Amino acid sequence: MTHEIIMAGFGGQGVMAMGKILAEAALKEGKNVSWLPSYGPEMRGGTANCNVIVSDEPVGAPVVSEATAALILNRPSLDKFEGDVIPGGVLIINSSLIDQKASRDDIKVYYVPANDIANELGNGRIANMVMLGAYLEASGAAKQDTIMEIITEIFSGKKASVIPVNKEALVRGAACIK
Amino acid sequence: MAKELWKGNEAIAEAAIKAGCRYFFGYPITPQNEIPEYMSLRLPQEGGVFLQAESEVAAINMVYGGAGSGARVMTSSSSPGISLKAEGISYIAGAELPCVIVNIVRGGPGLGGIQPAQSDYYQATKGGGHGDYRLIVIAPSSVQEAVDLTQEAFDMADQYRIPVMIMGDGMIGQMMEPVEFKPVAKRVLPEKTWATTGTGGKRKPNVINSLFIDPQECENHNIKLFKKYDEITANETRVENYNVEGAEIVFVAYGTTARIVKNAINTLAKEGIKAGMIRPITLWPFPTAAVEAAADQASVKAFLTVEMSMGQMIDDVKIAANGKKPVHFYGRTGGMIPTPAAIVEHAKKVLGGAK
Repeated sequence: MTHEIIMAGFGGQGVMAMGKILAEAALKEGKNVSWLPSYGPEMRGGTANCNVIVSDEPVGAPVVSEATAALILNRPSLDKFEGDVIPGGVLIINSSLIDQKASRDDIKVYYVPANDIANELGNGRIANMVMLGAYLEASGAAKQDTIMEIITEIFSGKKASVIPVNKEALVRGAACIK
Repeated sequence: MAKELWKGNEAIAEAAIKAGCRYFFGYPITPQNEIPEYMSLRLPQEGGVFLQAESEVAAINMVYGGAGSGARVMTSSSSPGISLKAEGISYIAGAELPCVIVNIVRGGPGLGGIQPAQSDYYQATKGGGHGDYRLIVIAPSSVQEAVDLTQEAFDMADQYRIPVMIMGDGMIGQMMEPVEFKPVAKRVLPEKTWATTGTGGKRKPNVINSLFIDPQECENHNIKLFKKYDEITANETRVENYNVEGAEIVFVAYGTTARIVKNAINTLAKEGIKAGMIRPITLWPFPTAAVEAAADQASVKAFLTVEMSMGQMIDDVKIAANGKKPVHFYGRTGGMIPTPAAIVEHAKKVLGGAK
């Protein structure tokens, strides 16, 4: 099984971090992984994206051109990447910021109000974890528990207080997949 | 040790430190900035020196000085920066000093772009600087290989007193992959009796120079260098043969492009087309024998060289194939990355024409 994922949004939405956390978790579960960021004159508010591959096989090209899933956090990214999802693939749209609907009917589309949920949880910055929670539920690319292990490793000491809200974000995201 | 997720650039820097590199001189340029950034943090912790020079020209001449004193030294840059270093690289090669130079290639010519490219193949393998000289040029295709070969590069440099270039691209530099830092096989390395470390009043001063005014002396020096290059060609040529046996079409590709070609080979296999790949790991010395052997193989109808350039390595493939089998080319350049689907399509076109 190979998951080839495009994650895209504005710089500052945590797109890169979300991809790294997934790659770290999948590695911990014994999978082959790669994480490839877009790079260049990036800035907060500009567009950012990364390609993550999680596979039982050795990873070939790290560039995702035929995505099994796309996690789209802003409107420009929907226009850019919707066409890269393979038929039968998964498209998760952050409906808090994107009022447009997907134009494809050969893929599974989920609308996740990620920013609204993050704000309800009292931390606007964890919209990315809501999206990731939804993706894990839709794909099984990694276990939620392993993601939490990675998050616990990242937020140690004083920052440990944000661990529970990350967990809630994953759970609320997963609940959006029906 | 468990595998950890490392970014290519940072992994190369850590591998250099593990190999005993304690001096780094550089100047910023995308997409290799994580190397100097990492070195600026880590080298002081190891009692080493990180220095951001005023230019690439200064940085490579600092490498010249550091290498002359016998230290393990490294610099890194990307294409336009390597052009600036070219004069110094020629001097270091002429003076027979060991060092490691990393080129995380971007699109060119001129300032070009910052996305991945392989258009510095000529520069790396055919000169760049002036004079009859060679660099060992290593082209890793994964972060793990970058780590293993960076460590080995310092040993190769010391063994042959030659600059070694690690040639990657923005993809290998920027991507993260699982890595395990393993110790490399120990080589018996000659003592650096030539290093300018101070005579202590006990020996004649060592002189490090690349100036030979007497033409006969200069020719003798060149002949000596080329004996060394022959030895390196015999001992250090590295190549991966992937599914070449029984292949109808043999791709030749290196670095990240080779990974994309592997995807294409798997797709072709599903459609019943037998394709293989010769992946040069050393670009110089070029694995001529591997291409020759494939050219003599009855099953092989054609070669297809795939590069992120307008076609540079194809020259070496053609020389090695020596007209025995047709050599075709597919490439994207300027920072565009070929897709597996486009490579598959091109391979089919080649085979259609070859039948």
